[in-house]
Amino acid sequence: MSGERHLPPLTWMRMYLRLFAVQGAWNYETLLGNGIAFCMEPALRLLPGGRAGDAYTGALSRHARYFNAHPYFAGVAVGALARAELDAVPPALIDRFRTALAGPLGSVGDRLVWATWLPLCSLIALGAFGLGAGPVAVIAIFLLLYNVGHFSLRAWGLRVGFEKGLRVADALGHPIIRRGPQYLGVAAALLAGISIPLTIRRVVGDTGGVTVMVAMVALIGGVLLARYGERAEGWRLALAILSLFVLYSVIR
Amino acid sequence: MNIIDILPVAVLGAILGLDVVTFPQAMISRPIVAATAAGAFVGAPFAGLTIGATLELLALGMLPFGASKYPEWGSASVVGGVLYASQLNDPPGALPASLLAALLTAVVSGWSMIKLRRLNAARAARVRADLDAGDADAITGLQLFGLTADLLRGFLVTFTGMLVFKRLVPAIVSIWHSNMMYSRAIVMSLAAAIAVAAVWKIFHLVPHARILFLAGLAMGISLIIAR
Repeated sequence: MSGERHLPPLTWMRMYLRLFAVQGAWNYETLLGNGIAFCMEPALRLLPGGRAGDAYTGALSRHARYFNAHPYFAGVAVGALARAELDAVPPALIDRFRTALAGPLGSVGDRLVWATWLPLCSLIALGAFGLGAGPVAVIAIFLLLYNVGHFSLRAWGLRVGFEKGLRVADALGHPIIRRGPQYLGVAAALLAGISIPLTIRRVVGDTGGVTVMVAMVALIGGVLLARYGERAEGWRLALAILSLFVLYSVIR
Repeated sequence: MNIIDILPVAVLGAILGLDVVTFPQAMISRPIVAATAAGAFVGAPFAGLTIGATLELLALGMLPFGASKYPEWGSASVVGGVLYASQLNDPPGALPASLLAALLTAVVSGWSMIKLRRLNAARAARVRADLDAGDADAITGLQLFGLTADLLRGFLVTFTGMLVFKRLVPAIVSIWHSNMMYSRAIVMSLAAAIAVAAVWKIFHLVPHARILFLAGLAMGISLIIAR
């Protein structure tokens, strides 16, 4: 079902730009479903009969239903499903393919983007801050670095999805996707150790004892929280302790 | 800061709140970016960056997995950034009080996102027949409705947060009794402990993560002493 087939550049660009709003109507019933149909729509105009054709409305109705994926990997689904529709794959097969695609695109994206790329970029920005970089430099480092990955991933997903069509699962075995989280995790673990104390120093404004003491307290507290506070969410703890500290500092 | 002054701040909060989930998820909503932008908005970008870095440590462990519920940092960081950057001469209570305001706003904003998702579901149910018929206008309309509602949500959260905290934070700061170093040390111990726990939870399965982290820590502390 796959092979040489190309989308007109304008159609590709429309789909790519729409991918940035794929979660626009995210809800607990259909999740990304409506967004997938929204992103595919420019390609579906190429079906026989155009916008007025039965193929167009039939395809849109199939894809506006429940679907889940990581938003950056939604392009893989959008490209592959658009290709399947343009190749006139039977609807029942498209439905089965769609169902099979949802799970992997969610877990692969969560592991690569949310659990490694985003924390790594945050830690690099915090490290730059800790080393004395100014506001413009810190923001530029974070946004440029993060979005090189982000924009490229969305473009890659759409391209590879359309190229491979129903065989797109092969693309998810790409070395960056398989091994990337592990390598990025190694870098992030090292960087966390460097960036956190540097950030403490810059905010506390002390160059010696207090910063080292705060870093040690944070290390012990963090390890205890990670080991024994499985169910404790950091922000809840922060809210409770910070509220008590503010109360103490105001009424004492 | 009067209501007219709050309006442009609320617009900034709306735009950065939109980035969290709906458009374009370029992470301009991360605290280190959003709070710095907010600080710059009131003429003190470095103050914004300082509270942004602190909030970033707190946010490190909150990963926006699918349908999970989490605080929304975009609009909240704007509130925290503006409040902290507006305090003249950086008094001792400014950072903890502004941080608390940002955290409370983040919780309310996270709750508002759940409401928005339910609103989107109700809207989708109303146009279900059109969606099932493959009506492109209904599909596009639903996307635009969600985007607009999210923009409005961020605006209202930021506006309300500013309205509540613009007097409360200065009031807390004016009767603050803990000294500067002590206040900052407490805040950073807390934020950094949560960041360490987050890093541990995310990367503990990476081979040699513990050794790498400790090696990094030794390097970080060496850098502090050397500088």
